[in-house]
Amino acid sequence: MAESLFGIHGAALEVRSQRMGLLSSNIANAATPGYKARDIDFKTALDARLNGAGSDAATAKAELYRVPLMPSMDGNTVELATEQVAFSENAVGYATTLSFIQSRVETLTRAIKGE
Amino acid sequence: MTMANPMTIFDVAGRAMSAQLVRMNSSASNLANAGSIAGDANAVYKPIKPVFRTELDRSTGMMSVSVDRVVRSDAQAIRRHDPDHPLADENGDVWAAPVDETQEMVEMMESARQYQNVIEVLQTTKTLMLDTMRLGK
Repeated sequence: MAESLFGIHGAALEVRSQRMGLLSSNIANAATPGYKARDIDFKTALDARLNGAGSDAATAKAELYRVPLMPSMDGNTVELATEQVAFSENAVGYATTLSFIQSRVETLTRAIKGE
Repeated sequence: MTMANPMTIFDVAGRAMSAQLVRMNSSASNLANAGSIAGDANAVYKPIKPVFRTELDRSTGMMSVSVDRVVRSDAQAIRRHDPDHPLADENGDVWAAPVDETQEMVEMMESARQYQNVIEVLQTTKTLMLDTMRLGK
């Protein structure tokens, strides 16, 4: 029901939220030796989700390791600038998707009330 | 290690903040003891440094961070000839703590920067979660 109600936006919000978790993990581990930063290829994850994959399976399929611009000696591949940009881009995407859903809810509410 | 609740972004950020705080505290200890003098090479203060470790939450795939251990550096104490010092040994030498103050300052700055970054993540996440909660109202 919810799938057809919100269309692509429901799936997109899920992927955005999971990507946010992954990017937070990267930022949290900025000083951990040997930590390999990961990211989700948003399009792959969204396509998998829309083709019926579960939300965990969809993101697992789209997970990639980040290639560092300047590898550091301790094997950590987190670059704060890159992660910050990815995180804020994702946050904007999340907010946008949220506003699409919001307007959908408003449309439906208006239809139900018959105003 | 299993947990009852899956870790949320807030947990991950909270753990990262406490780990960075341990790092800042050890840097502060090192700086506070910089140049401290002892009469014996073995009694001198040695700088400490935390080692971070990734903590994986299998149910969500999120990676948190914790302090694995705090190691004490095995740097050599710095010998200084100062016969007038009250702690000087029979040769007139005292031993100073081997703290690299520049390195500690850089460590402190990096740690502060990463702490700020985590707070930024926390704030953004909080705003987005609140917006999600208000959906449909």
